[in-house]
Amino acid sequence: MFTRRTLMGAVAALSLASMAGGAFAQDKMYIPLISKGFQHQFWQAVKAGADKAGQELDVNVSFEGPDNETQVDKQLDMLSAALANKPAAIGFAALDSQAAIPLLKQAQEANIPVIAFDSGVDSDIPLATAATDNVAAAALAADKMAELIGGKGKVAVVAHDQTSRTGVDRRDGFVNRIKEAYPDIEVVAVEYGGGDHLKSTEITKALLTAHPDLNGIFGTNEGSAIGVVNGVREAGTQGITIVGYDSGKAQTDAIRDGLMAGAITQNPVGIGYETVKAAVAAAKGEPVEKTIDTGFYWYDKTNIDNPEIAAVLYD
Amino acid sequence: MSVTEDKLAERRALRGAAQQKLLAFASLIVLVIGFSLASPNFFQVSNIMAILQAASVNGVLAVGVTLIIITGGIDLSIGTLMTFCAVMTGVVLTWLGMPLILGVVASIATGALCGLISGTFVAKMKIPPFIATLGMMLILKGLSLIVTGTKPIYFNDTPGFTLISQGSLIGAIFPAFPVPNGVLILFLVAGVTAWILSRTVLGRYTFALGSNEEAVRLSGVNTDAWKMAIYALAGGIVGIAGLLIASRLNSAQPALGLGYELEAIAAVVIGGTSLSGGRGTILGTLIGALIMSVLTNGLRVLSVAPEWQTVVTGAIIIIAVYADQLRRRAAS
Repeated sequence: MFTRRTLMGAVAALSLASMAGGAFAQDKMYIPLISKGFQHQFWQAVKAGADKAGQELDVNVSFEGPDNETQVDKQLDMLSAALANKPAAIGFAALDSQAAIPLLKQAQEANIPVIAFDSGVDSDIPLATAATDNVAAAALAADKMAELIGGKGKVAVVAHDQTSRTGVDRRDGFVNRIKEAYPDIEVVAVEYGGGDHLKSTEITKALLTAHPDLNGIFGTNEGSAIGVVNGVREAGTQGITIVGYDSGKAQTDAIRDGLMAGAITQNPVGIGYETVKAAVAAAKGEPVEKTIDTGFYWYDKTNIDNPEIAAVLYD
Repeated sequence: MSVTEDKLAERRALRGAAQQKLLAFASLIVLVIGFSLASPNFFQVSNIMAILQAASVNGVLAVGVTLIIITGGIDLSIGTLMTFCAVMTGVVLTWLGMPLILGVVASIATGALCGLISGTFVAKMKIPPFIATLGMMLILKGLSLIVTGTKPIYFNDTPGFTLISQGSLIGAIFPAFPVPNGVLILFLVAGVTAWILSRTVLGRYTFALGSNEEAVRLSGVNTDAWKMAIYALAGGIVGIAGLLIASRLNSAQPALGLGYELEAIAAVVIGGTSLSGGRGTILGTLIGALIMSVLTNGLRVLSVAPEWQTVVTGAIIIIAVYADQLRRRAAS
């Protein structure tokens, strides 16, 4: 009984192993991507982009991330398993850059190039970072805002914070573009709501009270943008042009309902695609750009259901 | 039941336990051989060390919860308690700037204290262990977030802290085997706990409580006190796991921890400990934790899609427990 069961187990394990091993026994370049997540639509879109690049460049790509963004140690286990396979290069979006440093050093010593993606890795080990150019994306938001309010008037910004890279880049990208290109538009206020719906709502209501002649408000991330929508709705003010950032159900609903004029979305498919492309180049010893802009889109009521846009939106 | 029947039953149980350990150990070996044949990258020193490193935290947690499971209880709070212990270490070392040894003491003491509280809920207030520790799980998760203000605490000001888990004493002596200290600590904790279970009064009562608590009580033993002691001991062991994970990440990550209790419990049942209590071994748990770690790493090294990795892990847990059921039915 005992031996038979052990034998069965052995057969099962071996067949499983050989089944998976078969797919692996090719001489293609192998590039694992370790992301911050796996199940969310955003990450699935990054994976789709990575797979697309893998097919085009004829390399094996794997994509893995922990169940949620708290599991720092699980991500490290994934990274070390990926390193064990002696990959040609590796893509990595760190949950905690500091915790990952010993493993990144290990990759560096083994001459495995590291390409950071999404929010990147806070270290000088990665050869390149594939991420959204937030400054350029926010400048596009400024252009759209100017167009929508007719090139003159007063606008305000509800930003998510003044310390993080994305917060600073999106604020400056918007404000500077308005200053440079639209002399008749004035940015009357920049407020910070921490990306919190409720706080951003209160800020928006205060802004509307302080500036009754306000024409438009830019919310710099999902939480801020939804807060702006709620604030304008609660205050009952008409004729305010709202521009948002990222997607999510509440924001896409607001755009469909006409409460929000439109928003900028990042391009997760592009993030995955460019990461693999840069990893392949780095593995071949070709030079790679230190920062790779993965692109972004403007979306509004008219194009929200276009396949190209729908692919990069997530709920 | 006559004395001879008792003896027979005991011998059968002993033989069963030995067989279960053999079965688990054989499965571990089979897995290692299978993965080694499937990928040349699996059986490399650095990968084996990575597997052991990954098993260390889960292994220590599993050893702790084995004690409670043998009493017929369960502890769902071990994952978030581990995090809370790591956070308290961060408070003592980084915020208060105290010496390293006090950070170690803080972690273990926090664990033991919280274990004692859980034990009080269960033993004195008669709250079923599942509910009592479910409550503790949520309380501790919240407290970790409150204490830290949801931001990780880093240990950059405490030189040597990362060595607790990442350094290698063995590697310093035998450079070919850089076994991380975290693994050494796992084996040490397992050894001491196995000794407590098999050689001390506390160990004897742990099994007795799980087999027939009423009988123990009727024979004049203060079962409540012993039960509380067992929960406190398990909590202290969880504190060690808290140190290991904090040292590995060089930080106390306050949001981490939920879900780790189920992985530890899975390691315990794969190792042949009965969830109905009265039966189990630390060696089995250790092997169970290694099986889980080998499986997770091996499937990754073979580039099995992550969706399928979780399916396979789930299937293995069910097969392991079913095999145990079959064997026990055959034995009785």
